[in-house]
Amino acid sequence: MNASPEPVAEAAAKQSNQFDFAWWWDRVGILMVLILLVVLMSIFAPNFNRVDNLLNIARSISVNAILAAGLTFVILTGGIDLSVGSIVAVSGVVAVIAAIAGVPAPVAVVIGMAVGGACGLVNGVLTAYLALAPFIVTLGTMTFLRGLAYTITNGQPIVSSDLNFKDLGNGYLLGIPVPVIAMVAVFLVAWFVLERTRYGRHVYAVGGNAQAARLAGVQVNRIILSVYVVAGICAGLAGVIFAARVISAQPTAGTGYELDAIAAVVLGGTSLVGGRGRIVGTLIGAVILGVLTTGLILLNVQFFTQLLIKGVVIILAVAIDSLKQRPELLSVLFGRGQGPSKG
Amino acid sequence: MDKPLLELTGITKRFGATLALNDVRLDLRAGEVLALMGENGAGKSTLMKILAGNIQRDAGSILIDGQPVEIRSPRDARAQGIAIIHQELNTVPAMTVAENLSLGQEPRNRFGVLDRGRVLRDAREKLARIHADIDPTRPLGSLGIGMQQMVEIARAVSENARVLVLDEPTAALSRAEAQELYAVVNRMRAEGVGLIYISHRMEEVWQLADRITVFRDGGYVGTGTRAEMSEADVVRMMVGRSIGDLYRHEPRTPGNVVLDVKDIEATGLGPASFQVRAGEVVSMSGLVGSGRTELARLIFGADRRSGGAVQVNGRPSNPADPSKAIADGLAMVPEDRKGQGLFLDHSVERNISISSLDQFVSGEVVRDGAVRKSVLEQMERLRLRKNAIDLPTRALSGGNQQKAALARWLLRDSPVMILDEPTRGVDIGAKREIYELIDALARAGKAILVISSDLPEAIGIADRVLVVRGGKIVKELQADEASEENVMRYAVGAGANHQTSNPGTQP
Repeated sequence: MNASPEPVAEAAAKQSNQFDFAWWWDRVGILMVLILLVVLMSIFAPNFNRVDNLLNIARSISVNAILAAGLTFVILTGGIDLSVGSIVAVSGVVAVIAAIAGVPAPVAVVIGMAVGGACGLVNGVLTAYLALAPFIVTLGTMTFLRGLAYTITNGQPIVSSDLNFKDLGNGYLLGIPVPVIAMVAVFLVAWFVLERTRYGRHVYAVGGNAQAARLAGVQVNRIILSVYVVAGICAGLAGVIFAARVISAQPTAGTGYELDAIAAVVLGGTSLVGGRGRIVGTLIGAVILGVLTTGLILLNVQFFTQLLIKGVVIILAVAIDSLKQRPELLSVLFGRGQGPSKG
Repeated sequence: MDKPLLELTGITKRFGATLALNDVRLDLRAGEVLALMGENGAGKSTLMKILAGNIQRDAGSILIDGQPVEIRSPRDARAQGIAIIHQELNTVPAMTVAENLSLGQEPRNRFGVLDRGRVLRDAREKLARIHADIDPTRPLGSLGIGMQQMVEIARAVSENARVLVLDEPTAALSRAEAQELYAVVNRMRAEGVGLIYISHRMEEVWQLADRITVFRDGGYVGTGTRAEMSEADVVRMMVGRSIGDLYRHEPRTPGNVVLDVKDIEATGLGPASFQVRAGEVVSMSGLVGSGRTELARLIFGADRRSGGAVQVNGRPSNPADPSKAIADGLAMVPEDRKGQGLFLDHSVERNISISSLDQFVSGEVVRDGAVRKSVLEQMERLRLRKNAIDLPTRALSGGNQQKAALARWLLRDSPVMILDEPTRGVDIGAKREIYELIDALARAGKAILVISSDLPEAIGIADRVLVVRGGKIVKELQADEASEENVMRYAVGAGANHQTSNPGTQP
């Protein structure tokens, strides 16, 4: 921004350009993008700044943000979970059916989360103990669980206008939408677990170097199993919130949400290779996607065009992330050209 | 004899500060087998990489038929008729034998489509030339290692190789497979190919080689015919140097048995038994591939063992997982520091504290302040500068990375420490510090098992030396009776061919 940077700083930046860029991007890069986006929106989009609009944005991102929080655990270990969108549907459906059957609201919510956790357990067992590739495992469960949601509901939405936990989607507490409170709670817990507990350090260790983690005494398989359960429980909660919001069980709920959640995690700077990233980044990533969506609607940008813009934003974010490791990137490109080099 | 087929003179190669090859020479005649011998790190592989065109020499000349040639790439090497069979095979297991044999030069018919009939015919012809009885339609990966190696040799021969280098070709072969290989080697010699045979096994060198050239520490030591040399001569040429005072230490007085290993085994390993006492440093010596690291991994629960028992301080330790071994009081610093030891992207603090977090948690919550304080204490003890604590471990030098790896177990304060190649890739200063640390740990009552390929080190820092060959402990030597010569003799199995020993299968 400034035209005349300090000569010393400039020299240092030249010397270790790569490192500095990565350092800055990791810490403030994505936040800058968000601030820039908010400033632009406040200038160009009418009513963007109004409190009710901001709260609406917060509520609209809560489902995706909660999914992304759980997914951050998985991606930090170097895994991936494509099934979270389908878990949203299954857990929502089960929770609504339970509520209709007369189960009290809190229990229905817990049932929904437990269903999500159970789905995650399946993913985790297959990935950790059968050593199957998580991409394939969760691609399979994504399809299976979607089929399960259709099967349970017979392909029809189950509408229940007096759904006992509908406040979870539509209610307010102290003027703040309940889903937003849930989202904040999820991120606080996730932050605490990842940053302050032994378990969190083990999650980072597994993603940083699974072999080294094992030899250092980390029970790698257990950690891998657990992160899929965490992602499942989060997806279960997101599913219940979604069902509460639309006051019905929708077998199509959450279709494609896994991709938005992955986008939020990656935008937030978590490396898909594992071992690097922050839960706070994931929240910012989810907010950016939400602001972008809402802002573009307020700007009357066509839906098709919105998709184009979102796609570009995601690719840009990933490109910047891999630019941080440009040496590796280059060596991969060249390595392929010359064939295996003998060390 | 006549003019040599291949002559290398004055070859020098430097990697950064290390002189990997210093003015070495070698000559090879048509129709002979030249054994190239030397300890790990003697420079054999570096020279072969230069010959293969994988790396470039800094000085010296390469002559073929007396004519100087330049080998700038593997392609140049092939064009000169030089073929190298590496320890790691250079083939595609999922493809058939025939496809592998035509790789990169697939015959096409007049429509530009792969001519499968010719691929198969050519393959049969190539295999017949070395009298290898292999079905070319089988996937390569379905064959044993020995057969796969034959396929590579067949490929080399089909490219009209005049110089064939075999780099430890029998390391992974069974006895029967090795015999077949020897037959192929003999046939090729009879056909006038010059063979350079790199091996650590005295027995096969004595069976195959016409002449022997020995390297040591990147330098040329000497060459002689098999008739003029004895095994003892070769061993002396390989190791002959004095142990500096780098290793000198005051005698230690060992206490009770802390680590008691009885008959542990796994496929191709053991049964192996030994003990390490409190206050004792025991080193495991042996050639690369002898099974030292694998034995250590069995003790540490990193690999599963099929039998045997381990006790730590009298309590049985049969870990299914390293985490259990650590709880039992074992610690291991792996050989592959970057691949298996450290989290290079994570901070030094995280790397050091990862195995001791159970001592620093209230419930599951890590007490950060306490962790930091204890990590700093260990860093200070190892003379790691304090402000490195938050740096990514990647940013440290090799020596400091190794210190961080050691600090992890100092913090844990494990009674048994297994250190696999603790000074590999570490400069001399850090080396000395690590030796001092090992000595201090032993004096503090730790039982220490060191694996080292560096013979003077293995002997110099230890109270006892266990020599490992073929996954078994073939000899135990007290420090005062362990010399480089006799450790090497047991490690390569010299003299064993006169008795009925087991140079056969290896892991």
